[in-house]
Amino acid sequence: MKFIDEFRDRELAYGLAAAIGRAAQPQRDYHFMEFCGGHTHAIARYGVGDLLPVNVRLIHGPGCPVCVLPIGRIDMAIRLAMDEGVILCSYGDPLRVPASGGLSLLRARAALAGGGEIRMVYCAADALRLAQENGQRQVVFFAIGFETTTPPTAVVIRQARALGLRNFSVLCCHVLTPAAIASILESPEVRQWGSVRLDGFIGPAHVSTIIGSRPYEFFAAEYRKPVVIAGFEPLDVMQAILMLIAQVNSGRAVVENEFARAVTRAGNRKAQQMVAEVFELRRSFAWRGLGELPYSALRIRREFAEYDAERRFPISYQAVPDHPACECGAVLRGARRPQDCRIFGSVCTPENPVGSCMVSSEGACAAHYSFGRFADAKVAP
Amino acid sequence: MTSVRKAYGRPLDLRQGRVEMMHGSGGRAMAQLIDELFASRLGHPHPGQGNDAAVLPAVVGRLVVSTDSHVVSPLFFPGGDIGCLSVNGTINDVAVMGATPLYLAAGFILEEGFPLADLVRIVDSMAAAAAAAGVPVVTGDTKVVQRGRGDGVYITTTGVGVVADGEDWSGDRARPGDGIIVSGGIGEHGMAIMAQRESIGFAAEIVSDTAPLHGLIAAMRASGADIHVVRDPTRGGVATTLNEIARQSRVGMMLRESEVPVQPQVAAACEFLGLDPLYVANEGRLLAIVAAADAERLLAAMRAHPLGRHAALIGSVHEDAQCFVQMSTTLGGRRIVDWLSGDQLPRIC
Repeated sequence: MKFIDEFRDRELAYGLAAAIGRAAQPQRDYHFMEFCGGHTHAIARYGVGDLLPVNVRLIHGPGCPVCVLPIGRIDMAIRLAMDEGVILCSYGDPLRVPASGGLSLLRARAALAGGGEIRMVYCAADALRLAQENGQRQVVFFAIGFETTTPPTAVVIRQARALGLRNFSVLCCHVLTPAAIASILESPEVRQWGSVRLDGFIGPAHVSTIIGSRPYEFFAAEYRKPVVIAGFEPLDVMQAILMLIAQVNSGRAVVENEFARAVTRAGNRKAQQMVAEVFELRRSFAWRGLGELPYSALRIRREFAEYDAERRFPISYQAVPDHPACECGAVLRGARRPQDCRIFGSVCTPENPVGSCMVSSEGACAAHYSFGRFADAKVAP
Repeated sequence: MTSVRKAYGRPLDLRQGRVEMMHGSGGRAMAQLIDELFASRLGHPHPGQGNDAAVLPAVVGRLVVSTDSHVVSPLFFPGGDIGCLSVNGTINDVAVMGATPLYLAAGFILEEGFPLADLVRIVDSMAAAAAAAGVPVVTGDTKVVQRGRGDGVYITTTGVGVVADGEDWSGDRARPGDGIIVSGGIGEHGMAIMAQRESIGFAAEIVSDTAPLHGLIAAMRASGADIHVVRDPTRGGVATTLNEIARQSRVGMMLRESEVPVQPQVAAACEFLGLDPLYVANEGRLLAIVAAADAERLLAAMRAHPLGRHAALIGSVHEDAQCFVQMSTTLGGRRIVDWLSGDQLPRIC
């Protein structure tokens, strides 16, 4: 496949692996966090870890939109379908995330008795189309994701207004990447106790196409952490690791852009304007694993209030504690590895996920379970 | 027959007509539907036609029976439809046991309001597939459910075949050292369906691979290779089928990603939707596990058959108490190829 195979080439991978091996100084080790679930997935799926020297460690970050969604938010979506009888549509990933009362959106769908429906859509535009096709029904789009999925949500809200649709609204759960990075850098594990060592970040790919590379400059300057924005292909990740090692070795901490084929410093201005027109910052938003973070998420502006499901329907966010044995929170902060969790692979599996990190293929636990757990079992083929 | 048909009065309107509740009620309308739509197309001259069951001649060897229900949506897709799918799918389930498929039985659940013209297309397609495979449909059943209680049409087919003594292909016979062969490009059926279902207009059409495999399997048997397991990787794809075999045989497997045949348009569609072709359904492919020494001979025999032209040796079996199916990736790393959990969900970003 053109423009894909080039970034998965074995020879180039071995060449990069050798370069990383030469660059990594044997007397020290390197701890890099890949922020995005897309990177986590690529690393696990292609076995990138196998090509790295033992003193280069990758720590999974919180950049999996499904993983950081707190239970209470899923509960709101379920309530909309069950109590309000709406057609709730959602991307595929959130459907299996465990919510309160042993439910998930999928289980709720199986149990739906009233007029409500839960449907999977591939894009925000599909949700809008559902509303057009079902004029007499209320259709709610469960909008989740980081900055990548936010502009499409802004587009459909604008379109809904232009079309004068009265039966379409959005349950907005869009969150912001820089707030999550700041929260990790401010966490006691990183700042005080030093139990999580972070020497740099592999910066988001798709998110950065929207927000640009500039928002990360603060982290490089203020926290002295190098950031290399990388594409989601395995060679991108390896190249970024090589660049991070070079920065660490020379004591630099700047933002570099490996994903220059898609990311600019300023990002996608048009998308940013559209997002700013429709959304505003929430004062605070609860993240799974990271807790309440100030100004870390978006809500729909008053001008578009009639498209805001939180205003249209009598639902509100109720905090629900995570399962006591689940370590998703610590995994999302980089403080624990999936296999360190007591219930990983025993109680908590992709078939019966306890925590959100076991749900999405981008979640650290699911990625390790599905692609990497042979390494824990010491198999020697 | 002729005298009965007169009793119906007007013939069925196969162009504009629709399935009605009375077509399943056991009365004259049902008899007419069976006569004019099913029996005339699928009809097979065997003793006892028109009775409650088919009576078939005695066979030599052990009987193999398999049944499979088909609920595919959409009913018509590039490369096939639910009709030929229901014939090929069950023939394959019988054939992968090393058996020669002999007969099929077909049960239809029709939804009230379903266009008879579509039903004719489906039954014609079944008849063509059955004739091409040389495996007749010898008995059947029709039920009608109320509008909204079905998806147009569901078809359950049961296949009967015969296998010679000494032919013992079974999922528990994979042994360390064995080679793993796939008969062609993977994921074509599943992606053809998905592209239709989601109305995703891919520029290059993906065509379902649905096909009866017993001819290919006969060629494999004739090669004399020491075959241990044959299975068709339908739902859950190659990954899930290999995991089933690994668990049954208590062995591990190692695949080489670079050897797994995937058509470029399938790879691209999977890439686009965030799916892994290893987990996408096939309807005309098989996996064979064969003694290492015979792998090349079997591969050559398969490649000489039209349905095995793109057969490839994709990996090998080894000892592993954990029964992991692993893969060395194109990049040179290693990963697990796990069971499919739930449906494959598209990734969102």
